[in-house]
Amino acid sequence: MSRRSVVVLLLCLACGEAAAHAFLDRALPAVGSVTPQAPAEIRLIFTQKLEPAFSTLRVFDAAGKRVDKNDKQVDASVMRVSVPPLQDGTYRVVWRALSVDTHVTEGDYTFQIGK
Amino acid sequence: MKHLTHALGALCIAASVTGGGEASAHGFAGKRFFPATLATDDPFVSDELSLPTIGQRRLGATDDGPGALQTSAALDYTKRITSNFGVGLSANYLRQRNADGTTAKGFDNWGLSAKYQFYKNDPGEAIASVGLDWDVGGTGARAVGAESFSTFTPGVFVGKGFGSLPEGAKYLRPLAVTGAFGLAVPSRSSTTSSTVFDDDGNPAVERHPDVLKFGGSVQYSLPYLHSFVKDVGMPDPFRRMIPVVEFDLQKPIDRGAGGWTGTINPGVIWAGRTMQLGLEAVIPVNSRTGGGMGLLFQVHFFLDDLFPQSLGRPLF
Repeated sequence: MSRRSVVVLLLCLACGEAAAHAFLDRALPAVGSVTPQAPAEIRLIFTQKLEPAFSTLRVFDAAGKRVDKNDKQVDASVMRVSVPPLQDGTYRVVWRALSVDTHVTEGDYTFQIGK
Repeated sequence: MKHLTHALGALCIAASVTGGGEASAHGFAGKRFFPATLATDDPFVSDELSLPTIGQRRLGATDDGPGALQTSAALDYTKRITSNFGVGLSANYLRQRNADGTTAKGFDNWGLSAKYQFYKNDPGEAIASVGLDWDVGGTGARAVGAESFSTFTPGVFVGKGFGSLPEGAKYLRPLAVTGAFGLAVPSRSSTTSSTVFDDDGNPAVERHPDVLKFGGSVQYSLPYLHSFVKDVGMPDPFRRMIPVVEFDLQKPIDRGAGGWTGTINPGVIWAGRTMQLGLEAVIPVNSRTGGGMGLLFQVHFFLDDLFPQSLGRPLF
């Protein structure tokens, strides 16, 4: 490859407005964890800033009933929702994240309350 | 090279002034992220740039000459025209140090490609596409073996994640496989030499067979494990790594067909926010393929993440 070609490519890369898909980096309670104490909220930390209006976070119990308080909050790359006192059992967290550059990612995971 | 410079420049400009197209994703099917593999074609259509892909391996001896230690530096660029249809351009610079002490260097033939993604199942983490590769004859250096004729390779590409496995097998959910199946058809069935003659003094005839191509990968996604199955507390950069084993095999099927050749490539890919790095060992499957272990290293950019509003969007 000639130097001129490399320069053209690097110029293209250098003038980019870097953003990216929002991957789930950490979660509280952690993905797949077993916690003895019921959490007061579910908190997800993403790799990118999120667009609050189009990002969602819901929590379901083992029977498929939604149990969160539907009060989702987004602060930069952190999305959280509060939950009432939860009984021991398995819960599924379902999220959809729209990063500020309009890329959508989605996913789900479970955690358990109990010993 | 002037053509490459002009083509890349035109693509940059065209993409920068075009705003249409929906924001889509490189290598996603549902929550599954398929990384770009180093040795074989991916099943998805995307805006991506591999620059460079550096490889070194020892080639097997052929009828044309002794084995050689080949070092390559390649560029691959793919651009979405629509969200499901894309085109690609590839160039590969080769340096071959032959067993007899001579050295040959130059570009291999240019590669052009088109791919259409016709199937995606998000819950099933499945994706499939069809494509056509065109090895453009006569655009490379004869010294490094670039053919004077073109080769067309229609192919089918598939990817499947195992995220829907039951709870009892949850640690296998990060597994995914990809496959690439193609038939390389040369535009010329044989070449008559004007400089090489057989024992009877007749010009030597080199036959060009159709070649069956079979490649793919088995990959275990640690990002998938941490985000969707269980956060086992692995620190960065390991939690962003995807161990992978690629295989890249081919077999001539007519015109004096020979046996299978190819490589098995175990390695690891680290996937960041806007780029990925990959390193693989290149292990020949038999002596016909070559000797010893080679290496493959790639720097790969997600242009749809780097330039979401311009170069990384579909044109239409």
